Amino acid sequence: MELVYKVEGGDFNKAGHASSQIKRVLKQLGVPPVIIKRVVVALYEAEVNIVAHAWRGVITAGIDESGIRVVLDDEGPGIPNIEKAMEKGYSTASQEVRDMGFGAGMGLPNIRSNVDDFKISSEVNKGTVLDFFIKF
Amino acid sequence: MTIRELVKKMDLQVFSGENGLDREIEGGYVSDLLSDVMGFSQEGEVWVTLQTHKNIMAVASLKDLAAIVLVKGLKPDEDAMEVSNEEEIPILGTDKSCFEFTGLLWSLIK
Repeated sequence: MELVYKVEGGDFNKAGHASSQIKRVLKQLGVPPVIIKRVVVALYEAEVNIVAHAWRGVITAGIDESGIRVVLDDEGPGIPNIEKAMEKGYSTASQEVRDMGFGAGMGLPNIRSNVDDFKISSEVNKGTVLDFFIKF
Repeated sequence: MTIRELVKKMDLQVFSGENGLDREIEGGYVSDLLSDVMGFSQEGEVWVTLQTHKNIMAVASLKDLAAIVLVKGLKPDEDAMEVSNEEEIPILGTDKSCFEFTGLLWSLIK
């Protein structure tokens, strides 16, 4: 099964929409709650990253009996230093985004600690691709 | 204890999500950082915060929290209340400070 969602940069009104749709599907499929909880944390953080940092992006979730693979492909400013971005507490979010309680520099570390496989690649002024897999 | 009992005991205002008042309280979590709540809160907890925008409901719903409590007399945004009604996760309010409210909550549910 493949689910595809478009995400608009800056649109915090819809942030979490894709995550909640995918959560619903996983529930219907009878995926164990402890797995769904991990998917939801990683997915929401990654979705909010697109809203907070990129111009637009596409989330593709592939689900089969082995697990869920999610690819978040965005057009945006990219990440100049991925190693730095992976550090807890490091963030380039705007003051406005921080005032909403985002941009604490916890997103990428939260994602990595909840997934079984994690890849990130980025090109400055083009975009970022985040790819993670969680086993069922 | 249920949310309904908590509302009565602590004289809380119910802004929205009345249909979720019979949710059972499993614990509490206090934070204004959404990623912190996303990463570390547990299902069934009462989330105490001063954030009032719609995204708190996305977090509460994704994490299956029991309710949100806004401190210091803060009021939720209109669209946050709409989602709270749809998801049946109550948004509550207190005039107390975060410190005072959390202390009382802890002594009630520990």
